[in-house]
Amino acid sequence: MWGFLLQRTVSAVFALFFVATVTFFLLHAIPGGPFDNDKKLPPEILHNLEAKYHLNDPLWKQYTDYLRGLALWDLGPSLKQEALSVNDIIRQGFPVSATLGALAVSIALVAGVTSGVVAALCHNRWQDYLVSVLTALGFAVPNFIMAGLLVYIFAYQLRWFPPALWGTPAQAVLPALALAAGPAAVIARFMRSSLLEVLQQDYIRTAKAKGLSQAMVVYRHALRNAFIPVLSYLGPMLATVFTGSFVVERIFAIPGLGQYYVTGIVNRDYTLTLGVTVFYSVLLITMNLLADLGYVALDPRIRLVDRTR
Amino acid sequence: MGSTTYWQDVWRRLKQNRPAMSGLVIIILLVILAVIGPYLTTYSYSTQDLTATDQGPGVRFWFGSDDLGRDIFTRTWYGARISLTIGVVTSLTSAVIGVIYGGISGIIGGKPDELMMRLVEILWSVPFLLYVIVLIVIMEPGLTAIVIALGTWYWVPMARIVRGQVLALKEQDFVLAARCLGAGPGRILFRHLLPNAMGPIIIQMTLVIPEAIFAEAFLSFLGLGVSAPMASWGVLASEGIKALKSFPWQLFFPAFFITVTILAFNILGDGLRDALDPRMR
Repeated sequence: MWGFLLQRTVSAVFALFFVATVTFFLLHAIPGGPFDNDKKLPPEILHNLEAKYHLNDPLWKQYTDYLRGLALWDLGPSLKQEALSVNDIIRQGFPVSATLGALAVSIALVAGVTSGVVAALCHNRWQDYLVSVLTALGFAVPNFIMAGLLVYIFAYQLRWFPPALWGTPAQAVLPALALAAGPAAVIARFMRSSLLEVLQQDYIRTAKAKGLSQAMVVYRHALRNAFIPVLSYLGPMLATVFTGSFVVERIFAIPGLGQYYVTGIVNRDYTLTLGVTVFYSVLLITMNLLADLGYVALDPRIRLVDRTR
Repeated sequence: MGSTTYWQDVWRRLKQNRPAMSGLVIIILLVILAVIGPYLTTYSYSTQDLTATDQGPGVRFWFGSDDLGRDIFTRTWYGARISLTIGVVTSLTSAVIGVIYGGISGIIGGKPDELMMRLVEILWSVPFLLYVIVLIVIMEPGLTAIVIALGTWYWVPMARIVRGQVLALKEQDFVLAARCLGAGPGRILFRHLLPNAMGPIIIQMTLVIPEAIFAEAFLSFLGLGVSAPMASWGVLASEGIKALKSFPWQLFFPAFFITVTILAFNILGDGLRDALDPRMR
């Protein structure tokens, strides 16, 4: 167990190092700098600005300085959001994005698992077909269009929820739904096919032969194992929710991290982009690790360390 | 004669799959409309009429007009050309790169293979959005930039699929036979291994098309799409979002066609998977 954690932590540190390096050099490959605006700055000011942020240093020095800061989780000042450090921006934006993301993930899990289970239990009946149609739609509608349609129906036509902004629970409903639709479809599909497969297994037949009711068999024996493929989607789902949040936060004018990230890349705010990229990578890697640990908890057949070797 | 070839068999199975066939028919219709659609009206995609802005759908503008009085019907089918082109060209680019990279990696095997796959993993550890945006900004936003950025991203799954296929196939007896007859690695890869791996390659190519259309819509929403007055479906939909409150049809038409297209390609891809590999069912 501890050996596994140690091994995974070491490889996570390596992965982060790669992400930070590749991102650093990609960003510096973009022609022009963060201070090339429509309005030309006088050369002296430009020089001072660049000196202040060490942009005149040779690239390798900027790179090693950046890595040193990263090791201490000091992500540096934002080049564009004056008087804010990247750590400040993450501290402000992330709770908002995290709330929205957690809400979306919960909705996706509940809706996806429920409809997947219903579809599998009603295999080839109308419930199954309905779920297939809905999941196919969930795959096919880009989330900004989903957001637009939700706003049109529930905010402009029915007036149930406010169309934008952030702060009250009612304002969180539409953006969370828009973010959840895609992942919910994926989860439903995973859940349906894996439950169908599990229900064919011998141990399910044994459980039925013991005289357990259908509900008991599904709940106590089948669901647990059927859930494992869904867990493997946890990491990619988080990535989907992050990218989705960039557009959804923009449509609903939500002051989350995704908004900052996109403007950061477009404005060439090196430190902000780098910092947020590394931050997202840490989150993704942690979630993947948790998902791996979750497998073990759910399925005793899976072992972290292969003892036979 | 009398016996059917593998591909005849595939076509027979595909024809029996009703959803997949309707997907195929829809795609053919969309392509036809993309070709002739812009000629069905008297407007061009950039004709402005500032006296007839934001008109609802009707006799004059079948799908309504936008804030500059441009005909949305014409723009929708013009956008179809661009979106479908982006999908198809991305799919082809990613297939060429992916097949070559994955094929070489698989046929060499051993340490170089491990190294090549590690490299791919590193590329994919960069966030998709960051990679695509950086490339587009470097190359100046536009159609070419989008296709290059997406094509050089989506080859990774293709490379993995092809490598897996090659690794599995190259141990088989017919490859040994070919090698005994003196075939070099290049000949074995292109004449013996890849034809046998065509199924998974075609499925992956079909499934990249909707992903690319999806990604293009997303990029357009962030303002990194094709430049005005050109318009892809993504551009039209994000213009529609801005006008949603007063002129919702400006979103509905492009949104409908994006969804239908992605849906059609997805079910065709699923159908192809079943037809090419009957064991999966």
